Amino acid sequence: MSNLHHDDHSHDNHNHGHHKETFISKYVFSMDHKMIAKQFLITGIIMGTLGMAMSLIFRLQLAYPDMKFPFLESILGQWGKDGKLDPNFYLALITIHGTIMVFYVLTAGLSGTFSNLLIPLQVGARDMASPFMNMLSYWFFFLSSVVLIISLFVEGGPASAGWTVYPPLSALPKAVPGSGTGMTLWLVAMILFIASALLGGINYITTVLNMRTKGMKMTRLPLTIWAFLLTAVLGLLSFPVLMGGSLLLIFDRSFGTSFYLADIPADLAGGIERVGGSPILWQHLFWFLGHPEVYIILLPALGITSEVIATNARKPIFGYRAMIGSILAIAVLSFIVWGHHMFMTGMNPFLGSVFMLGTLIIAVPSAVKTFNYLATLWQGNLRLTPAMMFAIGLVSFFITGGLTGIWLGNAALDINLHDTYFVVAHFHLVMGSAAIFGMMSGIYHWYPKMFRRKMNETLGQVHFWLTLVSAYCVFFPMHFMGLAGVPRRYYANSAYDQFNVFIDMNQFVTIAALLGGAAQLIFLWNFFSSMRNGKRSEQNPWESNTLEWTAPVEHIHGNWPGEIPTVYRWAYDYSKPGSEQDFIPQNVPDEGQVDEQVEPNPTHFEPSKTKAPVAARETVMFSLVKRWLGFAK
Amino acid sequence: MSNTTALTTEKKSIWGGGKSPFSVSYGKLMMWIFLLSDAFTFSSLLVAYGFVRHTYPSPVKNELIKPMQHLEEGFVEQMQHVGYFTDDKWPLPELVFNHFPFIHGMHLPLFFVSLMTFILIFSSVTMVLAVEAGHRMAKKEVATYMIWTILGGLAFLGCQAWEWTTFITEGARLDSNPFGPMAFAALFFIVTGFHGFHVFSGVVLNVIIYLNVLKGTYEKRGHYEMVEKVGLYWHFVDLVWVFVFTFFYLI
Repeated sequence: MSNLHHDDHSHDNHNHGHHKETFISKYVFSMDHKMIAKQFLITGIIMGTLGMAMSLIFRLQLAYPDMKFPFLESILGQWGKDGKLDPNFYLALITIHGTIMVFYVLTAGLSGTFSNLLIPLQVGARDMASPFMNMLSYWFFFLSSVVLIISLFVEGGPASAGWTVYPPLSALPKAVPGSGTGMTLWLVAMILFIASALLGGINYITTVLNMRTKGMKMTRLPLTIWAFLLTAVLGLLSFPVLMGGSLLLIFDRSFGTSFYLADIPADLAGGIERVGGSPILWQHLFWFLGHPEVYIILLPALGITSEVIATNARKPIFGYRAMIGSILAIAVLSFIVWGHHMFMTGMNPFLGSVFMLGTLIIAVPSAVKTFNYLATLWQGNLRLTPAMMFAIGLVSFFITGGLTGIWLGNAALDINLHDTYFVVAHFHLVMGSAAIFGMMSGIYHWYPKMFRRKMNETLGQVHFWLTLVSAYCVFFPMHFMGLAGVPRRYYANSAYDQFNVFIDMNQFVTIAALLGGAAQLIFLWNFFSSMRNGKRSEQNPWESNTLEWTAPVEHIHGNWPGEIPTVYRWAYDYSKPGSEQDFIPQNVPDEGQVDEQVEPNPTHFEPSKTKAPVAARETVMFSLVKRWLGFAK
Repeated sequence: MSNTTALTTEKKSIWGGGKSPFSVSYGKLMMWIFLLSDAFTFSSLLVAYGFVRHTYPSPVKNELIKPMQHLEEGFVEQMQHVGYFTDDKWPLPELVFNHFPFIHGMHLPLFFVSLMTFILIFSSVTMVLAVEAGHRMAKKEVATYMIWTILGGLAFLGCQAWEWTTFITEGARLDSNPFGPMAFAALFFIVTGFHGFHVFSGVVLNVIIYLNVLKGTYEKRGHYEMVEKVGLYWHFVDLVWVFVFTFFYLI
């Protein structure tokens, strides 16, 4: 009888794994979190390539403002007439470069990819809480990418008001050529993007909180999951504010209101005099998203780094709880410092000093993280895989870029440095390069999980060194240009003698940027060719502890063929004294562990059903509300 | 028999996870999280309201007209003339929203919006009763209270349509406003419109739930949790109205 039962069960499973998989349901409208992660990643890589190509074009313009490049006309047409980049299109390029990199690559491409891939696998769940919403999240993102790319081809060109789209350039359709249809499409793309981020974020949080396997306490979660959880919380609370702000901006643009416009005569504003609004309002609403956004970008990269460094240093992560505490501190603080982007708006100096204080306090949890990484590396048995190299690279950028953050956080210094290349250098190092390095680290590390093969190690090392050197060569000199007062977003510095002295430096930067771009081609080749030709990966190629490596190499629906593994220990039991191997996966039982959390929990929670029916109608309101809130037992 | 056990274990172990930390199902948790983020959307709009409102001086105290007093033709022009409605002052809401359907020529400050608010809050009460009936698995009662909730929502939307119509008839537009600064009208339309859109979505959800209740979907499922989840949304929309009401009508 029991034998028969067993057979039936496995037969059931078999059916479950193979039920009616068509090409569409497997690769296009997939509801499997692993496939959705790959979709996010590949879309992100495509968008990233586009964004990088744009940066190379405007770097050429900055280095050789008076030279003609005939190839520009062949790829850009009117925008590159006679081989000269059109000044308006220069503004469009920097705007779209920023938008793509910040939102499409480092938000969706980074957190979308790795949250989707790792959250269910590392917490031990069959899939996301709502696979359907997860699928929607990707397709909203896809639509948003399509709308943004379409905006490159409309009359007047794409949005040109900078990635922060300050009014009035963004609010008056006739302000600059890019303020027309291009700007409208930018806003549409953003609203689709926000929908995607919210659908994803709700799923990530719920999955982490509610879908953990037996024994997976919050304090046993790998730091990646902690980072993704807080990232999702940040996105969930900040993106809606941009949604509200964009809504008002759309009304200003199209329906004659003036929330962001003060004293614009009627002939400039579509026949209606605009009075009473304030562009500062947009800046507040935008930066309430914009600053947490920095950490939405950075936290997943830091989480990935924690995991990769611990695994490849063969040591427990130093200060696990301090790491969680610092992630929490960064998340909370990031909501109350948005004003440091606005020191120059004539803000009350007292308010400025409050924002300054909050900003400088963020240095504390950031330093905690940095020192913990260094302490984890200290005397570790380092395995310098490409993933590890990129993780260490992230720590390097986090330090160099973070230190200038302390400069810029000072309201007094910011008066000098605001809107100069110093700012460009700062955020490209600390959030651009650092986050890209975290993303690369994650790609090299989890590539075997995604594609069942490893990426080429040698090419990976070449990619790392070229990228590291070129990133420093690109962004480090910019500090000095910024200190000398060279403003960002200027089309041709040769027009001003005091900025033109940096022309040699600009040429050096551009050559370094071209080198960095070439290095990414190596990565692209490695990434796509390894899908077919890479070395087949074993189940646990990096000898890692986390649950995703206990799942079979072949992807199946539901991640594990049988029972979901039970968790008995934290994720960082590396080189534990007395054990044979230098790693102990989380699902290996701990002898003598007394913990009721790991007792198998027989009843899956089903709402309301387990509760005794209410006896009478005169139930007091209070207990009703309590139960409805889910607190009553 | 073996077949059924296999099936039930399969169903039970679909997540196979441990104790649910918040004692709520993932669906309800998702609704809470969504509401939290939606609260931020409304906050951003209300903050924008506060920001704009703050740039104008406070409304002049009303000493001209008392409740139930006779309302003359051309009241708005008269108010403009005496300096109550000017471009550089925020108008006094009780002078703007002082009409009531079918009653002409009487100053009834905020009577109608109070009725609207009462209707919406009352529909929240019927929603609570529907949820409570769901806990007792009383299908019929759930259906009854859902109908009352839907009716309440529709009535509120109708009231809002009337309020908007009156406001527009008197000359308010997104880009112009006879009562004072044009931001007053624009913000009114956008924020109450955004809220009305939420109420409308809520009514649609309620209708879907109601039809499912009639079909017996939740009886088969063994619990009425869907009613609870939609109820959360409905109460949230009511709560938001309390804030919208406070900001636009009372302050």
